Amino acid sequence: MIRRIAPLAVTVAAVALSACGGGDDADLTIYSGRNEGLVGELIERFERESDLKVDVRYGDSAELAATIAEEGDNSPADVFFSQDAGALGAVEETLSSMPRPVLESVPARYRDPRGRWAGVSGRARVIAYNTDEFEEGEVPDSVFDLTDKRWRGRVGIPPPNASFQAFVSAMRLDVGDERTREWLEGMRDNDAQLYDNNIQTVEAIGRGEIDVGLVNHYYLYELRREDPDLAVANHFLRRGDPGSLVNAAGVGILKTTDNQENAARFARFLVSDGAQEYFSDKTFEFPLIEGVQPPAGLPRLGELIGPQVELGRLGNQLRSTLKLLDEVGFTT
Amino acid sequence: MTSRRPPWALSILGVAAVAIVCLPLVYLVIRVAGAGPEAWGVLERPRTLTLVAKTVGLVAAVTAAAVALGVPAAWLVTRSDVPGRRFWAVALALPLVLPSYVLALALLAVSGPGGLLGTGTPALTGFTGAFLALTLATYPFVLLLCIAALRRADPALEEAARGLGRTPAQVFRAVTLPLLRPAIGAGALLVALYSLADFGVVSLMRAEALTRAVFLQYRGAFDRDPAAVLALLLVVLTILVLVGEQRARSRLGTGSRGGRTVRAAPVVPLGRWRAAAVAFCAIVTGVGLVLPVSVLLVWLLRGSPSLDGVTSATLNSLLVAVAAAAVTTLAALPVAVLVARFRSRWTVALERTGYAANALPGIVAALAFVFFAARHAPAIYQSITLLVVAYLVRFFPQALAGVTSALSRAEPKLEEASRGLGRGPAHTLATVTVPLVGPGLLAGAALVLLSTLKELPATLILRPSGFDTLATEVWTATSVTQYSQAAVPALMLCVLAAPAVWLLVVRGSRGLDPLGN
Repeated sequence: MIRRIAPLAVTVAAVALSACGGGDDADLTIYSGRNEGLVGELIERFERESDLKVDVRYGDSAELAATIAEEGDNSPADVFFSQDAGALGAVEETLSSMPRPVLESVPARYRDPRGRWAGVSGRARVIAYNTDEFEEGEVPDSVFDLTDKRWRGRVGIPPPNASFQAFVSAMRLDVGDERTREWLEGMRDNDAQLYDNNIQTVEAIGRGEIDVGLVNHYYLYELRREDPDLAVANHFLRRGDPGSLVNAAGVGILKTTDNQENAARFARFLVSDGAQEYFSDKTFEFPLIEGVQPPAGLPRLGELIGPQVELGRLGNQLRSTLKLLDEVGFTT
Repeated sequence: MTSRRPPWALSILGVAAVAIVCLPLVYLVIRVAGAGPEAWGVLERPRTLTLVAKTVGLVAAVTAAAVALGVPAAWLVTRSDVPGRRFWAVALALPLVLPSYVLALALLAVSGPGGLLGTGTPALTGFTGAFLALTLATYPFVLLLCIAALRRADPALEEAARGLGRTPAQVFRAVTLPLLRPAIGAGALLVALYSLADFGVVSLMRAEALTRAVFLQYRGAFDRDPAAVLALLLVVLTILVLVGEQRARSRLGTGSRGGRTVRAAPVVPLGRWRAAAVAFCAIVTGVGLVLPVSVLLVWLLRGSPSLDGVTSATLNSLLVAVAAAAVTTLAALPVAVLVARFRSRWTVALERTGYAANALPGIVAALAFVFFAARHAPAIYQSITLLVVAYLVRFFPQALAGVTSALSRAEPKLEEASRGLGRGPAHTLATVTVPLVGPGLLAGAALVLLSTLKELPATLILRPSGFDTLATEVWTATSVTQYSQAAVPALMLCVLAAPAVWLLVVRGSRGLDPLGN
């Protein structure tokens, strides 16, 4: 019996394993730090237009940046589509040069000075607030006011989110590590509520679980599409406040890609008129190329003045920002 | 018989299977040993201590509550005249079809501001929510094991006690409960291991627990060594639970198991307690089964959930679950044959080592495989093969327990008799061994299938890019709080899980015992 079972087992196991082997048969593998609800449709559009088979791995931008770093030369990713410039900057050593036409189509502020990544859409940090409870005038103009007792337990933040992390990096560059740590500890001691991402934070405001939250401006519009009566609005902060950072989602091509041409094609697609209009119409982000209309009813990108921090410098800060968030107790 | 040397091929296969099972743990230890002092610093933080305390608190509370629900329920459906007792025996076990994170989702949906029950109810999040969801998800383990034990127990003892004029309560305390101790112990161990390893519920409920901390640390830090250190801490906690249970068991003794009794136990009339007993069964089934299924149905009917991707997610789920069930059962087979037919010190040691995966929560196995494959095995990194291997490691003990108990039912004497009567090995295999062992193997495979369908953390971390399963679809819907989008994949999961659960409920709890006793 044993002599029969052993070879049988080996055969069946081998067949079962090889049947599910599969492997990398995609023409392009994208690591996307932007969530599927926002960009899934856009990537499908690219698949249709380019006739390429695309695999997407969705996650948080910082998580995917750490994954790319861990994978090193073995990374299956061809392209990193990040929610913010900081996560791209953090892995800039693993990125190859972006095609010149892509770089040149976006303003200098929104691309790597050394040409390894390019921003594709702009976004502003805001304080989103519950409109049943507050008039806009009651909402603070600076994030530094949120450590006040008046907001105890009523503020939501999403520490795992790359845009939040980029804002903390910008604050460190703007007002220094010490004041940033003090602010974070103040938020923690003021019982700030922690969420996984921007959408959860905005929804919690809508439900009345919290009063205000620190998020990117466009999630509100995404949720309003499902629930037009959502009792949430955005408050743009005082000019130059760290909380008013204007950041860019962007794209980088990995040096280790074996699909260089397809990757470049995806990057070119993201700065094409069609994709830029998608950002403006569907995700309510600021298009970064000339000639595409910004989303209706929003201030123009040029009117939003964030802290005087270059986006290209955020990348070097990510490691230490994550460490700081961890030390303050926002990770575990 | 026992002195026979096992064939080389069999030994090699058995050792290879156990080696694969041990690989993640070994690699994790290597990785942590090579980590810098900064990574170890995570252990010195006061927060880590709080985290351990809260995890232990949650596990202890869930275990106690699952026993408190499971034992009376088992007694009611086997010993009392509660109306509809056959119905309740099945209905009370049915929450097993629901993945625990779906239960959590349902509790979140009905409570708190904006909940389906109205805004007045407090939000069931954090510890309370995780405690409720985990208790409802795990009490069926205790229930099934206790029902089996009660059906097996000789009713003579209880009859004698009653004949001596003891009240039903006294009989329960003095006779039934001691009889049930081994079953309660095994059930409590399952519950404790499950809640210690649970990732989905504590994440959805935003409850503080080690699994979630490991994941957050993995996701939220550039340096992943601290996540590995925390993962190892979780392994240590799990080992402590296993060791503690072994100690308790050896102190208590295993109790008399007895043969299967043909005689039915006497029915205890509940009298004026009948209504309360029915209410108890109805409330437990209501909250654990009817409520979550209703929530899913409400979402399904109310919203317009898109069916995009559900078909491919269903096929993917089935593909990996069937592959995992087949591969895991086959991998367990040589080890089980070695210990059943060639029992010796080393084969027993091999089997014990195979159960080491009990100490490996899904999130830990996933992390170890990600670390290992990204650096050393790029060919299978982010492949379905690696995912199936991770399932194999994670659910090897279930398969091993199932296969071992199935083999123990096929007496070697029967095979020898068949061979003695001139039948060839193949003929013997087909006409004697397979019919005897087959149903047990299938039950073991069904359990692995069920566990794989519901598995979340390893699937999330190890799946190939763009490879969605029903479990990951539910997860994705919840991460952007589009709960209603979770309805279709969640219901689909229940439908797929139903046959496997049915098999478990009908065939009894064999194979549920985590240590294969």
